[in-house]
Amino acid sequence: MKKQLKKFLEALDDRTGIPSGIRHFLGEDIPASSGWHQVFGSVALFMILVQFFTGIMLAFNYAPTTGQAYDSLRYIMTEVTGGRLMRGLHHWGASMVIVIVVLHMVQVFIWGSYKKPREATWIAGVILLLLTLAYGLTGYLLPWDNRAYWGTVVTTQIGASVPGAGPWVSRLLGSAGEIGVVTFARFYALHVLLLPPLTMLLIGFHVYLVRRHGVAPQPQDEGKPKKKFFPQQVFRDTLAIFVAFAILFTLAAMVRVPLERMADPTDTSYIPRPEWYFLFLFQSLKLFEGPLELVGTVILPTLAILALIATPFIDRSHLVQVRQRTLAIGIVLLAGIGWGGLTLAAVRGTPPQTAAASIDFSGPVQWMLLKPAELAGLHYFRQENCGRCHNVLRGGEAKAGPVLADAARRHDRDWMIRHFADPQSTSPGSAMPPVDISPAQMGDLAAAVSALTPESGDLLAITPDFVSSGAAVYQKNSCGGCHVVNGAGGRIGPGLNGLAARRTEAWTAEHFINPQKLSPGTPMPVYPLSKKEMQDLISWLFTLPEKSPT
Amino acid sequence: MTIETKTNRRGFYTQAIFALNTLLAAALAVPALVYLLVPGGRKRKETFVDAGDVSHLAPGAPVELSFQQSRIDGWRVSTEKRTAWVVKTAADKVIAYGPQCTHLGCAYHWEEQPKQFVCPCHASLFSVDGKVISGPAPRPLDRYVAQTRNGRLFLGPLRQFGESTATDETNPERAA
Repeated sequence: MKKQLKKFLEALDDRTGIPSGIRHFLGEDIPASSGWHQVFGSVALFMILVQFFTGIMLAFNYAPTTGQAYDSLRYIMTEVTGGRLMRGLHHWGASMVIVIVVLHMVQVFIWGSYKKPREATWIAGVILLLLTLAYGLTGYLLPWDNRAYWGTVVTTQIGASVPGAGPWVSRLLGSAGEIGVVTFARFYALHVLLLPPLTMLLIGFHVYLVRRHGVAPQPQDEGKPKKKFFPQQVFRDTLAIFVAFAILFTLAAMVRVPLERMADPTDTSYIPRPEWYFLFLFQSLKLFEGPLELVGTVILPTLAILALIATPFIDRSHLVQVRQRTLAIGIVLLAGIGWGGLTLAAVRGTPPQTAAASIDFSGPVQWMLLKPAELAGLHYFRQENCGRCHNVLRGGEAKAGPVLADAARRHDRDWMIRHFADPQSTSPGSAMPPVDISPAQMGDLAAAVSALTPESGDLLAITPDFVSSGAAVYQKNSCGGCHVVNGAGGRIGPGLNGLAARRTEAWTAEHFINPQKLSPGTPMPVYPLSKKEMQDLISWLFTLPEKSPT
Repeated sequence: MTIETKTNRRGFYTQAIFALNTLLAAALAVPALVYLLVPGGRKRKETFVDAGDVSHLAPGAPVELSFQQSRIDGWRVSTEKRTAWVVKTAADKVIAYGPQCTHLGCAYHWEEQPKQFVCPCHASLFSVDGKVISGPAPRPLDRYVAQTRNGRLFLGPLRQFGESTATDETNPERAA
């Protein structure tokens, strides 16, 4: 057997040269000082390959047009088996690549490995860093949700502000007017057609240069015998890759990647935020105002990139021990502190996103179609802790009361209301305590319980809190006497579906307090709601689907 | 360091490299295979579409009805026009045939004389109850799962002859 394998490998080698190529690659001489600090390059390469792989997987189920991108991603996340994991790997993988590429760069910088004759290796690395950022920038738009859209609005406007080149950048990105199908197509093409082959070419060149010049030695390596790449350093690289991938996999499996509502160019309340690794740039813009803004958006980033490229030409000193490279370490520390401080300030300074913007559309959202009475009923269900004794769906932990999913098949609403008021009157021997809410609220609770069907899923688990409490405020003030929501209510006032498209949240809040000022002659009374009531009510109203379902 | 411990170490490294790489490959390949091969999505229930009024249908006289049916296609729901040949039996039962000949899928039509469904492609003939009279058609006409409610016909999925066309308990979905 072993003999046959050996024969086969020899034959293969004669014809392709692959086995001896691998042997040559693994048998590379590396300096005696090589160790754990040099694993980052291999990890970065592996992580980029993972991005290629998961990106191709996503593309198998993704429609790259503004009309369908969002729906297809939602399909990946809600219907394709393992789709959520796949998107998680790609999403978190993007961040991992950035982190590892930067760590790789920091290591090379501190050790001074960019010095002659390795200047070109370093410059190729700087360009690879820029490509990595370009992936982040272009990939950010592809989910086509609000976050993607508004984040890209900021990016493209920064591009447009470059003196001289601005209009050309806009034209190249297809963003001369508004961001739309052209920008989307350009970003997609950049992300999947242009950047990957460019990355592969540059990585090839980068690795070729590493082989050509050899792994950078340290002063203490002089006179010491060289080591072989295989097996010790290969083992280190592999273990580091394994740890990094384990972290990525855990992130992808445990941390939900949200999908916000579909991109809405009319949504004036949305607060755009870039991805975390761009936050420092975003924050530094705040330090420069008016005509100085260019300093933050264009001049400083350009200078920083130029400084990186020029590094091996500025520092031409002889190789010294790592511990003596205090200036390099100091620069890295300073950059780290600056970056950290700006990022922290940006995170702190982020105003909370409106409740409506925080809904995760990658999960089920059937609650959007529920009528106000049903949603308010869910609020009382929560308030009265009905869930302590009742499961909504079969198969949960054992509880004292019956499962409610098919309660509506067994009982009508009148029965339920009598049951809430006095459980023993309808179910002799029941251990259920009476529900202590008003008769009108019991009506809503009965409506909610009737809406809990096996088909509707676990409405209780998926309905956001602000939605049910907003609807309870709506019911308490009998708003449904004059307004229609999701097909229920009176027709005196305007229907409230699509309110988000017609009004701002601030206008709506003002309208509750002073309706005559904003709509002279309106029969709408004044509603002195508390701050929390107002917030929940408006947040819920602004999540209503545009068209009332029939 | 003796030569023996050196080779032991080398062996350990080699084995660890293989083991870790195998784990990595599996951690990528298994999710990818699941993602590509395991059918996902919620089980969709049979939905019924309103195909129109059949209360005035004369027994024994097939009529071609056309209706809109929505089809779920990945992340899209598309609405397409479909047709059915509908006939009321003597027993007041309504049968709806799929509009394609069971031979090669040509559109057949009804001939009043001699009261047969005729396929123009290869001259398959079907009787009013869908059975093959002559020609190359391998099986009787396909039938829609059908229900009538208040004089309107609701159609479900198309079934081949021999498959059950009994409806389950689901209610016909009202066209919104």
